[in-house]
Amino acid sequence: MLEKALHGSWRYWLWMAFLLFLVGVGFFAYVRQFTYGLGLTGMSRDVTWGLYISQFTFLVGVAASGVMVAIPYYLHDFKTFGKIVILGEFLAVASIVMAVLFVFVDLGQPTRVLNVLLYPTPHSIMFWDICVLSGYLLLNIVIGWTVLGAEKKGFAPPRWTRVLTIVSIPWAISIHTVTAFLYAGIPGKDYWLTAIMAARFLSSAFASGPALLIIICLVLRRLSSFKVENSAVQALAKIVLYAFIVNVFFFILEVFTAFYSGVPGHQASLLYLFAGLDGHDNLVFFMWAATVLAFLGIVLLLVPKLRRNPVVLPIALLAVFAACWLDKGLGLILGGFVPNSFEGVVEYLPSANELMVVCGVFGLGMLIMSVLYKIVISVRRAHEGDAH
Amino acid sequence: MRELSTSGPGDTGMARRDFVTSGIVILAAGMAGLGGTGALVGCTQVALSDKSAVVADEAAEAGHWGLVIDVAKLNAEGNFGRIKAACHQKHNVPLIHDAKTEVKWIWAESFEHSFIDLENTYMNKSIKDLEFPMLCNHCENPVCVRVCPTQATFQRPDGIVDMDYHRCIGCRFCMTGCPFNARSLNFYDPRPYIGEVDPGYPTRTKGVVEKCNFCVERLKQGLAPYCVEESNGSFVFGDLDDPGSDVRKALETGFSIRRRVSLGTGPSVYYLVEGGEPDA
Ligand code: SF4
Ligand code: SF4
Repeated sequence: MLEKALHGSWRYWLWMAFLLFLVGVGFFAYVRQFTYGLGLTGMSRDVTWGLYISQFTFLVGVAASGVMVAIPYYLHDFKTFGKIVILGEFLAVASIVMAVLFVFVDLGQPTRVLNVLLYPTPHSIMFWDICVLSGYLLLNIVIGWTVLGAEKKGFAPPRWTRVLTIVSIPWAISIHTVTAFLYAGIPGKDYWLTAIMAARFLSSAFASGPALLIIICLVLRRLSSFKVENSAVQALAKIVLYAFIVNVFFFILEVFTAFYSGVPGHQASLLYLFAGLDGHDNLVFFMWAATVLAFLGIVLLLVPKLRRNPVVLPIALLAVFAACWLDKGLGLILGGFVPNSFEGVVEYLPSANELMVVCGVFGLGMLIMSVLYKIVISVRRAHEGDAH
Repeated sequence: MRELSTSGPGDTGMARRDFVTSGIVILAAGMAGLGGTGALVGCTQVALSDKSAVVADEAAEAGHWGLVIDVAKLNAEGNFGRIKAACHQKHNVPLIHDAKTEVKWIWAESFEHSFIDLENTYMNKSIKDLEFPMLCNHCENPVCVRVCPTQATFQRPDGIVDMDYHRCIGCRFCMTGCPFNARSLNFYDPRPYIGEVDPGYPTRTKGVVEKCNFCVERLKQGLAPYCVEESNGSFVFGDLDDPGSDVRKALETGFSIRRRVSLGTGPSVYYLVEGGEPDA
């Protein structure tokens, strides 16, 4: 089926060329980092993880969010999602590849990465994360590819794929739970040391992932022969809305506990993020932007008239997606490192080289996604062509 | 028992195997203790807190190595600079003048910064002005060991938290986990920043993490850690499990505190804030 990705319009090729360019830029920057060391990034003794690991965390969420389409479709026979379920699976594939790549480019000694498998360490959450992530990647590739192959031939997918889809549902929950455990079990990092971390991760993922999926579907509807139905878009948009409200609710719970209890450690990171600490306020603008976007997104999605409006809907979804990204893909990880254990504030600013690597990884992920989506669309078009 | 060994660059893997055997020895000793023979581990302890640490034929062993720092004495002596220099030079720690990427095994902080939950506005000025040495606490329940995905950071049976620089993948999970900022990453090749390489300890490469190792390479030779040797008696090192040891005696002499105990990591570095040596 891969050959289907090799025929496309000039627009398709232009897009692919752009993505390849991004990959090239990222690769160039990574070679520099590989040669010199992580000193080429903005990370430090105090902020030991930066954009790489925060993108990893966010993308695991996007990958897990495929279940918000899979559960209604596979468990409740909600046929409306029939057409997009495979898009969700392939979005998960691309997201996991990016997530894993972000961990890889973050390593100080990347050539030794196999040590994680050579010396399996069950007391390290990182070990479990790598296990569940590779399993989930495999599941989605196998399911997506087999279902698509069957669709191409005009058959129903083999029975065992159904078993795998059922397995993949709790598995998706597990990848994001385990990723939350990377943070939620560290003594001394009060912003992360919260029992609802995994719940927050999941709710944020179930808002941002499906929001992204709808946006992709709407773009494809404009640019390709893939026409997503409005009913599917609206159903998914409601899922985004409720997941996002839960996410905001969870965040307010954190704020309550921190400020009503008055425990300084629990307040410090929040204060840093929203007001600045000791004159350090790099993230304040972003956090308030996230807050505004969050309320904008909720209002626009909550009012049925607005949600159904084809111009307003994408804006609302972009607002939700951006708010989730700012909260989890930026503030959550960086905020956790402030203040350090001496009550000092060391801020982090990504370097240009680091940003180039980030672009490269995103470029590669989008490239994989584009190829997979191109195949899906071509298979469907050929199939529909036969039927008529 | 074991011969003296001058560890050259690159043989930390060897050292690691040694510790496994020493673990077995200690375990056996522990069992003997249970059996009623009384004598437990720590019997081979050398006079580690003496000004001139004795070179013993045997490796120094303990059930649980600990360090007691008499802060008042240290500040009175005013020799912390020498202590730090000795540790860093002998361990080939690069001298980097950039707070974000520097590598350090031992350094000084004020009380306000090192004991954030004990500090108060009206604190006695003499305490406020003291320098407190910071170093890896060799925690009983080390977070760094718990989170490390490769066991490059591991805990020896004698409590010391050591590292295998050849196994570390530089993921920095340990740095994120350590609640004491005790660890440093080599953000770039450290060698240009080392004045004169000491052949007694391996240099590190870029991308790996490092921290204080309680001078395991010295203990193997029955020698006290460099900081203890240079401290003129303000650093006391020994077996916390042994009631007769120097550290336990030092702890008897006054009021001691440890950093961030509420986190449950169980630091093995104790700070004597008052009292100290009876004759001091
Ligand atoms: S102080 Fe930090 S690096 Fe040292 S043992 Fe404790 S957790 Fe590990
Ligand atoms: S940086 Fe090295 S020592 Fe630290 S957790 Fe990772 S592999 Fe272990």
